[in-house]
Amino acid sequence: MLLSARQLSCIRQDRVLFEQLDLQLHAGEVLQIAGKNGAGKSSLLRILAGLVDPEDGEICYQQQPLSHSADDYADNLCFIGHLAGVQPQLTALENLAFWRACFALAPADDWALLAQLGLAGLEDIPCQQLSAGQQRRVSLARLWLTTAQIWILDEPFTALDQGAIAALTRRIAAHCEAGGAVLLTSHQPVEVPGHVVRQLTLEYRW
Amino acid sequence: MSHANVFRATFQRELKLLARQKADWVNPLLFFIIILTLFPLGVGAKPNLLREIAPGVIWIAALLSVLLGAERQFRQDYRDGVLEQLVAARSPLVGYSLAKIAAGWLGSGLPLILVSPLLALFLGLSTEALTAVVLTLLLGTPLLSLLSALGAALTLSADKGGILLTLIILPLYIPLLIFASAAVEQASFGLNYQAQLAVLAAMLCVALALVPLAVQKALKLNVG
Repeated sequence: MLLSARQLSCIRQDRVLFEQLDLQLHAGEVLQIAGKNGAGKSSLLRILAGLVDPEDGEICYQQQPLSHSADDYADNLCFIGHLAGVQPQLTALENLAFWRACFALAPADDWALLAQLGLAGLEDIPCQQLSAGQQRRVSLARLWLTTAQIWILDEPFTALDQGAIAALTRRIAAHCEAGGAVLLTSHQPVEVPGHVVRQLTLEYRW
Repeated sequence: MSHANVFRATFQRELKLLARQKADWVNPLLFFIIILTLFPLGVGAKPNLLREIAPGVIWIAALLSVLLGAERQFRQDYRDGVLEQLVAARSPLVGYSLAKIAAGWLGSGLPLILVSPLLALFLGLSTEALTAVVLTLLLGTPLLSLLSALGAALTLSADKGGILLTLIILPLYIPLLIFASAAVEQASFGLNYQAQLAVLAAMLCVALALVPLAVQKALKLNVG
């Protein structure tokens, strides 16, 4: 078991988003968090990514509480939130180079990767001149660079076209086969070839 | 993920951004020049009076122009989610914030130092006082950048952080203003001003050691 959470609860502006939530993520598994807008999906992902402390409950990485294993966990985690994390004045190549240095990723051929993501010819244009879907692709390029085992993705399919969605699900499938695990939110049904996508639905609470 | 790697990557990135967004360093510089050219016009043809108030005027202008761009320092990385990813990866934010501060100083501090001799002439400063202006700016503007980065990090998630930022950091600017203008004033009387410079250097060292740690903590709190 890679990641587990016990009895999590989250309160935002005096509203209980969820409480006593248990969750487990095993290697080779895709877990989709579903629920209405405002149900607390993003808050849950931010808590699981270690960005926010839960109101109550405990998160364990490989059976170790996060308070002991936070550094190991962060090294083995790739979090892409609903903000793209792409600096708009820099080009796709420059954004990739910055991530590579900051996240200590191994060097690879960025041109080939961007071409594979359908961004051939757009590598050296400032990202603000790209469309929303293309910016999303730049942001998701990190998934092809990272060696992290756990991926936490907040609405990764937003703004992507059919081709890009297929490429992303193929990448997710490959990652799971290599022993990784993916936790994602999406409003569309997610189908990963060769893998069962487990669903966890958060109820919207008043 | 060493501090040095993150520092280098962030610094290179910020230099590229400075080259691309020229307004970021041109605006504070223009603001500084405009204040200092308007002063002689406003005060009138009174060279003695101008010479007397020049140290204070130059320093207030420098302080305000650094403040002008302070709010934006971390804002864009916060809005785009870059900071969020750095915090989630537990990247060494000290390296990141030091690089941001260093690049911020290159954009808002260094240009002021470079044009200050010219502007000191407008205000009729003597050569000794002019040297003192440049020396105090050399020690003082990095301190201004450090303190404004602290304010910017603290007010990052506040909606209209600008006023709050000013309120937080202006009190910290005051000792700097006092010692820097005192140094220039001493110099214009031909007196020794090493003591004031030493105090400025000490303040800079303390800030350089402590501010990046405080900025790191503030950034983490704001992202969470």
